[in-house]
Amino acid sequence: MTVESTAARKPRRSSKRTSAVKTTAKTPAETPQSSEPELVQLLTPEGERVEHPDYQIDLTAEELRGLYRDMVLTRRFDAEATALQRQGELGLWASLLGQEAAQIGSGRALRDDDYVFPTYREHGVAWCRGVDPTNLLGMFRGVNHGGWDPNTNNFHLYTIVIGSQTLHATGYAMGVAKDGADSAVIAYFGDGASSQGDVAESFTFSAVYNAPVVFFCQNNQWAISEPTEKQTRVPLYQRAQGFGFPGVRVDGNDVLACLAVTRSALERARRGEGPTLVEAFTYRMGAHTTSDDPTKYRADEERASWEAKDPILRLRTHLEKEGTADEAFFTALEAESEALGKRVREAVRAMPDPDRMAIFDHAYADGNPLVDEERAQFAAYQASFADSAEEGK
Amino acid sequence: MAMEKMSIAKALNESLRKALDTDPKVLIMGEDVGKLGGVFRITDGLQKDFGEDRVIDTPLAESGIVGTAIGLALRGYRPIVEIQFDGFVFPAYDQIVTQLAKMHARALGKIKLPVVVRIPYGGGIGAVEHHSESPEALFAHVAGLKVVSPSNASDAYWMMQQAVQSDDPIIFFEPKRRYWDKGEVETDSIPGPLHRAAVARTGSDLTLVAYGPMVKVCLEAAAAAQEEGKSIEVLDLRSMSPIDFDTIQTSVEKTGRLVVVHEAPVFYGSGAEIAARITERCFYHLEAPVLRVGGYHAPYPPARLEDEYLPGLDRVLDAVDRSLAY
Ligand SMILES: Cc1ncc(C[n+]2csc(CCOP(=O)(O)OP(=O)(O)O)c2C)c(N)n1
Repeated sequence: MTVESTAARKPRRSSKRTSAVKTTAKTPAETPQSSEPELVQLLTPEGERVEHPDYQIDLTAEELRGLYRDMVLTRRFDAEATALQRQGELGLWASLLGQEAAQIGSGRALRDDDYVFPTYREHGVAWCRGVDPTNLLGMFRGVNHGGWDPNTNNFHLYTIVIGSQTLHATGYAMGVAKDGADSAVIAYFGDGASSQGDVAESFTFSAVYNAPVVFFCQNNQWAISEPTEKQTRVPLYQRAQGFGFPGVRVDGNDVLACLAVTRSALERARRGEGPTLVEAFTYRMGAHTTSDDPTKYRADEERASWEAKDPILRLRTHLEKEGTADEAFFTALEAESEALGKRVREAVRAMPDPDRMAIFDHAYADGNPLVDEERAQFAAYQASFADSAEEGK
Repeated sequence: MAMEKMSIAKALNESLRKALDTDPKVLIMGEDVGKLGGVFRITDGLQKDFGEDRVIDTPLAESGIVGTAIGLALRGYRPIVEIQFDGFVFPAYDQIVTQLAKMHARALGKIKLPVVVRIPYGGGIGAVEHHSESPEALFAHVAGLKVVSPSNASDAYWMMQQAVQSDDPIIFFEPKRRYWDKGEVETDSIPGPLHRAAVARTGSDLTLVAYGPMVKVCLEAAAAAQEEGKSIEVLDLRSMSPIDFDTIQTSVEKTGRLVVVHEAPVFYGSGAEIAARITERCFYHLEAPVLRVGGYHAPYPPARLEDEYLPGLDRVLDAVDRSLAY
């Protein structure tokens, strides 16, 4: 399901409020990150539509409900995965709680022929790409390292090494340009990743080759226990300027703004105008992963302040205020969420351990005599156990 | 049958030209590979003939070069990237080891990574620091990579063809001090597999195994030993990962003695791997322990000392004598 571009339509009545986003003025020197300069916002935390001169969007009621549904189901899936980790079914889980708008907004801006290079937390983007959520769980359960075919949904494998995938995205985008195709590429990464050399190198390469790539940084304020202040002294979106392309900061908890800004950046890439850095200013409401204990490094009040900006609640308020969705919609979605949770739970529990011989599978595309030799030794070793078990009977 | 005498550098250049010519998906990327033709001129004239879109001067960023090559490979291209010198591959080591080597397996074989990483390597050219190193073992240790090095013009030509056609990532070490050595290249013969070792000289008393720049030293040592009445077999390994242990085994079963020679430090080097495996395979044929000759566990020295560091004729012959004395 892709939300069609509706920029040409007339603004809705409720969006007549044209007031600019209020920012609490703080000098960059004091708090380089927590101030919110030039934050593109189309939906306030109170669920009010506001306008932005550069990013107009007008969605049908059905499209708005679709975005809401995406966010709710993604959150439900995420909660289920967290629960499954607690029950010992998954070794680890990286929750996206709080980042649904950034992911669904940007994900729904993509065309089918665009290509996505995610980190390990892009469950909402995967959802938008049509990747079956149960496929995302294999690597967290430990049955593979992310065994889906990236070309089925133009959704690359999750990348654990921070920042690496931004270069793959850039190279892929260079290939897109060479092919004369008009699709675009999007690379996801976090605020911590912005410190990695690979991210800087991808900025350089994409700018120099004018590659059709959008860098989508989810600044969720934390890199495990390190705040964004430990990564940068300037707001992240401003980094782009030094590389020669635009950077924009969007309210990452506003799904409409994320959709509009990403769509605009993708269109710019398609027109051959090169890369854009989008910084989605958002918040990771849960732990970094299920192994993390955020109480050791951040205050409860901080989370509470962000809860007031909850991306799902915000759109729900808007839908209710505008009468865009009725009670039946919410009830049906609730049931759909439960069904999804059940399906995920069952699928994970039913996931078989991989065959032992899979250790050697796919180490090389063209084969390798050393691998063949070790595979044969391993098979013989395993068979020796089978034999002794037989004898014992 | 086209037979031509050319240098290793020229053979590589011709091979790259053929690769660009045959397959429009082949790209060359690296620092200074365009107008300049690379600091060793291996890509000389290629940008002129194939254009800036196929022979791409990159920003000075090794991780970026390999990382974007991975992206291009995912898009269906076959990039050949040049790392300017051995000592400068390390900024790209992360991309090579964590991404290039593993992505095929991570995708359960659904995607291929046909990337060739060319690295001029080894010493003997009087260079400054970081221009003379032999890091091959660091790559050979990593599953998912294949690591090769030609020692002569014909292999340079054909191994590059095979590397480009491989769907696996190949780390292609070019023996920089041999770039100007000439040899016959038969441009239309069909070579054996990329990983197959070659018998460079036959003999019956002892086997010398080497690859890349050390093959020539070993052949000279074998010729010198011949004058003393010793018959030495020389194997050119060609591939450091995988290693053709069968060919080594056959030779050692005949000679009973093995000396491995490489420029890289002996400690944890490829000689250690060969010694261990051949000891397992040929224990009852061995008349002497497998000996190793190579660099020391010390930073590659300044140029005025490199002849002390690099295995030369005398050190190889000394090891031959020690082996024969058992
Ligand atoms: C190169 C590298 N260094 C360290 C790690 C360990 N690590 C995993 S996630 C993470 C924090 C990443 O923070 P950020 O980029 O902000 O992304 P987020 O997880 O917040 O979405 C770290 C340090 C890693 N995976 N890769």
